[in-house]
Amino acid sequence: MQNYSFDDTYFLPLDPKKHEIAISTDDLNVYYGDNQAIFDASLQFERFKITALIGASGSGKSTYLRSLNRMNDNIASAKVTGKIMYRDLDINGSGIDTYEMRKHIGMVFQRPNPFSKSIYDNITFAPKRHGLKDKAKLDEMVETTLKEAALWDQVKDDLHQSALALSGGQQQRLCIARAIAMKPDILLLDEPASALDPISTSTVEETLIRLREHYTIIIVTHNMQQAARISDYTAFFHLGHVLEFNTTKEIFTTPKVKATDDYVSGHFG
Amino acid sequence: MRRVFEDELNDLHVRFSEMGMMVNEAIYKSVKAFINHDKELARDVITSDHLINEREVDLEKRSFELIALQQPVTTDLRTIVTVMKASSDLERMGDHAVSISKSTIRVKGTTRVPKVEQDIASMAELVKEMVNEVLDAYVKSDDKRALQIANEDHGINHYSDLIYETCLEIMQKDPATVPGSMDYLFVSSYLERIGDYVTNICEWIVYLQTGKIVELNSNAKEDDF
Amino acid sequence: MAMAIEATEPDKTAAPPIIDTEDVHLWYGSNEALKGINLTFKEHEITALIGPSGCGKSTYLRTLNRMNDLIPGVTIKGEVKLKGKDIYAPGNDTVSLRKEVGMVFQQPNPFPFSIYDNVTYGLRLGKQHTREQLDEAVETALRQAAVWEEVKDKLHDSALGLSGGQQQRVCIARVLAVKPDVVLLDEPTSALDPISSSQIESMLVALKKDYTIILVTHNMSQASRISDRTAFFLQGHLVEYDDTKTIFLNPHKKETEDYISGRFG
Repeated sequence: MQNYSFDDTYFLPLDPKKHEIAISTDDLNVYYGDNQAIFDASLQFERFKITALIGASGSGKSTYLRSLNRMNDNIASAKVTGKIMYRDLDINGSGIDTYEMRKHIGMVFQRPNPFSKSIYDNITFAPKRHGLKDKAKLDEMVETTLKEAALWDQVKDDLHQSALALSGGQQQRLCIARAIAMKPDILLLDEPASALDPISTSTVEETLIRLREHYTIIIVTHNMQQAARISDYTAFFHLGHVLEFNTTKEIFTTPKVKATDDYVSGHFG
Repeated sequence: MRRVFEDELNDLHVRFSEMGMMVNEAIYKSVKAFINHDKELARDVITSDHLINEREVDLEKRSFELIALQQPVTTDLRTIVTVMKASSDLERMGDHAVSISKSTIRVKGTTRVPKVEQDIASMAELVKEMVNEVLDAYVKSDDKRALQIANEDHGINHYSDLIYETCLEIMQKDPATVPGSMDYLFVSSYLERIGDYVTNICEWIVYLQTGKIVELNSNAKEDDF
Repeated sequence: MAMAIEATEPDKTAAPPIIDTEDVHLWYGSNEALKGINLTFKEHEITALIGPSGCGKSTYLRTLNRMNDLIPGVTIKGEVKLKGKDIYAPGNDTVSLRKEVGMVFQQPNPFPFSIYDNVTYGLRLGKQHTREQLDEAVETALRQAAVWEEVKDKLHDSALGLSGGQQQRVCIARVLAVKPDVVLLDEPTSALDPISSSQIESMLVALKKDYTIILVTHNMSQASRISDRTAFFLQGHLVEYDDTKTIFLNPHKKETEDYISGRFG
């Protein structure tokens, strides 16, 4: 890989008067033991937009994503410094109830991972644990979230069948439905389509574009065409540093930073 | 995987530059034939034009393939788009060389006006120079040079005005010069159009370098009077 | 008019077929997964098999070195000829077949041995080799797989310590070490990032001069970038098979066009 200067960067400023910021990080650093994985990452994510995080393996994009809802807390050697601002609150600070926080900031993973339960139970599992017991309300929630995830028509007659019988793309949309059942503000997705074929990928992409109406979406993807197709903003990560944040249109037509240009052009030297 | 793609992009560049040279030669020959009343040379330009057209088709085909198979973005995409757009400009320049050649063949021993022919020769020289320079700027991806070349288009328009006025004058004085002068006017306007296409190519060079689509053609203003 | 242009197309008719399949049917129990596939592969070409999940492309790929024989309840009909000989003929030995037709899988699956032992694994199953022969085979295979420079100083380290992309290239070296004629790859880069994928793509293009390569991929850009020919499968049928340029610029079948354009609805 070529050596790029970490000082050659570009960050598109988002005017807070015109762009409502749903979540942002300020000088975020992530360490695994002695090894620093993220260096001073400062990014802002606009509400009801899709932001794609791109970069090679080891660039830190997934580590960064996971730090946004403190999934790194589960790793003993991990240390995260800096601010993660969500609704004027530093959610990286102490005294944050991460369980509660993740109701607001949900996550969908690379491999579809439905529970080995029925479709219905997959969606109602977390809400029930949070105390929702009313059957009528649960039914309504299942229908709404499955509709939002563009899965309702295909599964409405099989709600009590095992989720594992669904196709990969359907399973992934079920996982998205499960994540949005908690009515989060922000949806984090870590390569949600990389284990899927092009057709399932396409249905997941369409689902995300429709979800953008109600959710702020941050997605890590290795698929650059996917980033180009669905995202509004793109952040390019390189060896733990964010080198460019820009509109997706600019990133794929006239990026400001050479490293970005090389990466999106497949110029891996 | 870049290497194969880069080889093909390079090939596209080379073929485009060759097309530029073919067109440049056609323009040069057509004007030379017109000045010298050399119908043989004029026919040569007309019969060779299909080579230019085929080269444009070839460049388009290669560009489509690169876009479909390689899905280029950023500079790569602009390079290909530039070749496609600029080669269509070159092709039209070639068509104007053919039109000049047809005028040469049409001319039947009409009264000649050395002063106008001299101006056409100078104008043609300037056009040829601009074509040379724009091809050079393209090869070097020099957008600053492209902006300067687009400016030189004023020189061509100057000759065009001059030839127009001279022709008007001599046609009034001596009606025998009318058929010849009409051809002079045609040729001058073909040369002027060629200059406009050079300006278009300048715009594409700027686009290639900066990603900005600019309008360098100043004709709109000149048409006001 | 464009005759001069057509002349630049490589002459595909010159290469002899190395694999020829005729009317291949395959059933999983009573479910027909392949419904009569006729395909011919020419030497020194990369052929991409594309199509949605469940279209039969991976199943078909596995019939080419009899990997499906291992699955209970599978019935196969039709002919698969390798250099003119039916590989399903009675008495044919799948071990020697798989030396001629090697396979690389989606997930890098090195054995939990050293890099050296991974690459020499296939060789040591066969006849005796001297240490020098093995050393040479390892270097050649790792060079062909474009991973030599990265691993030459740690040949005796575990292959599991390598990155995903390196592991996959070592797996390819393991296949190349036994000098097969044909290399089958089942989505070899879908578990890798774009940089590792790109390295493997370049390597496959370079390998073409010595091997025939048949590749299943979900990544249509990959098919378009590196393959000479593309076969599009749908629901167990071969819908279209042609030069990759034709498939991606002017496919003849609407189903092909819809699929490669991403119109799946």
